[in-house]
Amino acid sequence: MRKKCSLFVVLLLAACMPASETTFAGQAADTDRAIQALLEVGPGSQGAAAARQAMVQLRAGGVDQLVPLLKAFKDASPLSANWLRNAFDGIAGQQTAAGENLPAFELVSFVKDTSESPVARRLAYEWLLKQDESLKSKLIPGMLMDPSPDFRRDAVDMWMEKAKAESDSESALRSWKEALRGAVHEDQVKEIDKALEAAGQDVDIQGHFGFLAEWQMIGPFDNKDEKGFAVVYPPEQSVALDAEYDGQLGKVKWQPITTEDDFGVVDIAKQIENYKGSLMYAATTFDCGQSRVAELRLGTPNAWKLWLNGQLVFDREEYHRSSQMDQYTVPVQLKAGANQILIKVCQNEQTQDWAQRYQFQLRVCDSTGVGIRPALNAAQREVSSEGVN
Amino acid sequence: MSVSVFKSWRPFFSGLIVAALVANPSKAGDWRQFRGNQGNSVAASEVLPTELSGGTVAWKVDLPGRGLSGPIVVDGKLFLTCSSGYTQDRLHVACFDTADGGKLWERQFTATGRTGCHEKMCNATPTMASDGRRVFAFFSSNDLICLDLEGNLQWYRGLGSEFPNASNSLGMSSSPIVIGSTVVVQVESDAEAFACGVDVASGETKWQIDRPRAANWTSPSMLPAMGERPALALLQSSKGVAAVDPETGDVLWNFEKGASTIPSLTVTEGKVVIPSNGLTTLQPSEDGKSFEELWNGAQLSPSTPSPVVLGGMTFTLNSAGALTAGDVATGKRVWQLRLKGPFSGTPVVANGYLYAFNEGGMAFVVKPGADGGEIISELDLAEKILCSPAAADNALFVRSDEHLWKIAEPQ
Repeated sequence: MRKKCSLFVVLLLAACMPASETTFAGQAADTDRAIQALLEVGPGSQGAAAARQAMVQLRAGGVDQLVPLLKAFKDASPLSANWLRNAFDGIAGQQTAAGENLPAFELVSFVKDTSESPVARRLAYEWLLKQDESLKSKLIPGMLMDPSPDFRRDAVDMWMEKAKAESDSESALRSWKEALRGAVHEDQVKEIDKALEAAGQDVDIQGHFGFLAEWQMIGPFDNKDEKGFAVVYPPEQSVALDAEYDGQLGKVKWQPITTEDDFGVVDIAKQIENYKGSLMYAATTFDCGQSRVAELRLGTPNAWKLWLNGQLVFDREEYHRSSQMDQYTVPVQLKAGANQILIKVCQNEQTQDWAQRYQFQLRVCDSTGVGIRPALNAAQREVSSEGVN
Repeated sequence: MSVSVFKSWRPFFSGLIVAALVANPSKAGDWRQFRGNQGNSVAASEVLPTELSGGTVAWKVDLPGRGLSGPIVVDGKLFLTCSSGYTQDRLHVACFDTADGGKLWERQFTATGRTGCHEKMCNATPTMASDGRRVFAFFSSNDLICLDLEGNLQWYRGLGSEFPNASNSLGMSSSPIVIGSTVVVQVESDAEAFACGVDVASGETKWQIDRPRAANWTSPSMLPAMGERPALALLQSSKGVAAVDPETGDVLWNFEKGASTIPSLTVTEGKVVIPSNGLTTLQPSEDGKSFEELWNGAQLSPSTPSPVVLGGMTFTLNSAGALTAGDVATGKRVWQLRLKGPFSGTPVVANGYLYAFNEGGMAFVVKPGADGGEIISELDLAEKILCSPAAADNALFVRSDEHLWKIAEPQ
């Protein structure tokens, strides 16, 4: 009897296995196709109809879709990522509303995998926190140098709180320094800098954020009635540092200018003059060890154009609507070696007190906001090497 | 308004009401967009409490992020946007049960456009809109998101990434409106400016027109349909006001005497009351192709809140917090009442009263009369309130950066 039963089970399994595998494989293929539809949405509501259908299918698939959805963020445009997120939120919401837990092990593993999308990892983390608040203390301390600015912020915050709670100054100093190591946000760096300064420590904020401090500048050129923004003055055609041109008030030549400001502000109005209805060009070279993607982050209250290696990467004609660090983010591809950065900064003729600033700040960083330091050139490498010896 | 005048306008009013219902049918108790279903801050069928006190706070719930956007209400559900994160790049759309404040769902997105704003503003500044089946969330970053009433994404337009120069470093605040099957959006800044009509179902652009290149925080308004003429979108800017066919984007007429870039025009009884050189009132023609300028009231200038009309009077709030009443027939100033300003949100008009919230969170109920106004009651919510409140289901709904309140007669 037992043999007959065993045989029956074996036969049953044999009969069922291929079907199950087929079903499973079919479901996986369906999931892939549905996710692909979300990845194919584009500007102008392109692909939205297919994405809506795919969303219905994904929601019906339930909790098994969560990890595939998260993994798809890696190849997603910002638009697609929002579709993926809505699918994830919908499924996770259904699951938790039904009193069921999310698959913690898989999601925690995903959160820890720094090769995955920072946005997706954060999404998974925030859903996990709803069912287990202790994850914060377990995961965040290890995220000081994480690719996600949000995780870093939390980790830096923990170190800052630790520093404040330390009873001895040496331990506090170590904690503040550790916090600084991961900090990518202006407010946190300012607070850390203040604490370190009080402890007699200098912080190289310019270097930390990757602000460019040394420039060559030429001008003023005419921008009366804001007409100069569209005029192609000679520096836009070629940055020849030994050249001389006709400017707004006479002959103009390139002059070196350096900013000592912690946040890299080149204050044209203070360091040169607030020529009303004028524009200036500033050029610098950024040495990069290898070709890589990066971001040029700019802050200015003036109209501007920005070129990298002779290519216009963005321009914007807006005057005096505030100036903030990282006001504009321009993704770029840096080449190995010297990269020439040229910026055109335009001042108009507004007379209000709040419309007199004539300045810019520019930094080179990665997508997390971590400053990229320039590679050492041959002479600097030699000096550095001597210093080490 | 005299009875005789009302009689002569009766066909107009009837046509207006019927056409408005056809263009955008809304249920009683709904508040479907910035300043209400008709965009004039009037809650015609709501009865709100006049004696505000702690007892009239029906509920107060936490919000997931900051916001200047006002709530909207559709079929007993309240929808609201918030933004959060160090760079305000986290976009939230939340749905609450108006009865008990319970959160029904929340969806989050990541901004695809610029998120930087003046510190007083934040990404969640524009108020949502709805056609009754869907909700449309818009943010300073120019992310335009359509969800069904259950929170399922229907389409997503990243107007900030499609038009990366159409942004303002101080932030954008224009709220979309729905006219028929079109979501009308104004995206106007110094560097790039346009308005567009987006299909409510597909999210595709029906039309897009260039607009004056200048910073503009005003919102589109609806001129309700009249007779054969369908409803029009009224687009305000520093140059004036353009009347636009919401189906095609065709400009039918232009008022070119300039207008404010912060408070928005209001439409009342077929007249257009514009924040322009104080207030200026237009009477559009029946065919919708022209207008007549009725009056200009230089003493009726509003600050941030938009003008409202009640009982034959215009009401504006100035930067000092004074409520100014003007004669809607002549534009003459009638009286002023000192409130405690400043105000950012536009007051709501209901059951013959004005409901205004100042930036410090103080609510005022004002009974306006022919010769003066009287403050009937006050309620201090003690939080910064910059939104225009909603009135629906016989209740007021208002939000701060942290909380959402329902104010109603105790049950």
